[in-house]
Amino acid sequence: MSAGFSMHRPGSAPATADSPPEPVLDPQARVDMQADEAATRVREVLAAVDAELVGLAGVKRRIREIAALLMVDRARARFGLSASRPSLHMSFAGGPGTGKTTVALRMAEILHALDYLRAPRVHPVTRDDLVGQFIGHTAPKTKEALARAAGGVLFIDEAYYLYRPDNERDYGQEAIEILLQEMESARGSLVVIFAGYEDRMETFFSSNPGLSSRVAHHIQFEDYATDELAEIAELMLTRDDYCFTEAAREAFGEYLDRRRTLPRFANARSVRNALERARLRQANRLVALSGQVGRDDLMLITEEDVRRSRVFTLPSSRD
Amino acid sequence: MYLRHGSFSYLPELTDDEIAAQVRYALLHGWPISVEYTDDPHPRNVYWELWGLPMFDLAEPDGVLREINDCRAAFPDHYVRVLAYDAKLGRQTTAMSFVVQRPAEEPGFRLDRTEGNNRVQRYGVHSYATESPSGSRYGRDGSR
Repeated sequence: MSAGFSMHRPGSAPATADSPPEPVLDPQARVDMQADEAATRVREVLAAVDAELVGLAGVKRRIREIAALLMVDRARARFGLSASRPSLHMSFAGGPGTGKTTVALRMAEILHALDYLRAPRVHPVTRDDLVGQFIGHTAPKTKEALARAAGGVLFIDEAYYLYRPDNERDYGQEAIEILLQEMESARGSLVVIFAGYEDRMETFFSSNPGLSSRVAHHIQFEDYATDELAEIAELMLTRDDYCFTEAAREAFGEYLDRRRTLPRFANARSVRNALERARLRQANRLVALSGQVGRDDLMLITEEDVRRSRVFTLPSSRD
Repeated sequence: MYLRHGSFSYLPELTDDEIAAQVRYALLHGWPISVEYTDDPHPRNVYWELWGLPMFDLAEPDGVLREINDCRAAFPDHYVRVLAYDAKLGRQTTAMSFVVQRPAEEPGFRLDRTEGNNRVQRYGVHSYATESPSGSRYGRDGSR
């Protein structure tokens, strides 16, 4: 059998794709980074992030920084400067409902626009999808999750559950080791994002120093202020073709202040749930009223719909 | 003797990138992929061993490539093939099958003729590789 026809064998040189390399630019040449087609797409995504996400100034700044770094890396590569694939693994730490998942989706789009990912796809997993129940079960499960996320983002929600310090025979450690291996290898175009609540992520990373150092970007998601939550509520309502009356808007601000002090407050998620219930009450009111409704009736959420929430009747001492 | 099993066997051998492209084609059709290996090259041997489980719900071929390479590392002297199964009603069969690794030396086959009743000739195909027990064929011991 001739050497040219031999099949790949383990240990032999890997097969290389024979795409023609881009010509290296002259050292005196100028590159317009803004004119890049990828840059346009990134700008579109960043604009969408600004329009869709209220607040989160710190997060948006970090996203811009990362996008800028990646664009500079692309420009450097055109001059033939060293442009090793940067480490893109991230950690999103923040309270519930602060937009970690939404930002992950946007991040996937940015990385895809810059050709660091093959598809703007996010594969969300939790501990259950990675950690097995008996010996030898964990590795295939983790590898399967990695295979499914290949070419996209592996989003590990509530990542701190992977590591259980109280149980030394827990298989979570094994899953972390496999993840580390995969994160180390530069060949896979896979980005891992660890997400979770802030305080627990701290302990998670401090007990896994190897993991922490391989995550290049630690991004903090702050809790929303009340006026930001009100703005989010407006956005959600507009998207669903609903609208507050003036009194209802005020009542909702009051609702948010009260809801904040109650346990299990989950920022934007609580807002969405509150609006869902307001819609229920509105529907109930309209049905009870009479058969006749107009367009405005169907759109407006009145003060009554908001005020009849359980939050207003609870004694504030109960939390 | 170069064994011609499955698709693409008359083409130059596929590189990893080409294998990935074929796997991507299968994934785009929604066919789950499995990797199989054997050291019995007989054309009528349908009992190839399954490497791991069939891989479902993949979007990219990276995971399959990883399994193929794991299988190659574990069985460097075996035949390894990739199968795509089409579960569509009315088809429900192997949609694609191609060899991605073969032993360095393939000793080939011998045609056995036996005389049956009334001087009828019966033919059998005997694979030289199967003369040694499974696991020690295609010698790792330096016999090749």
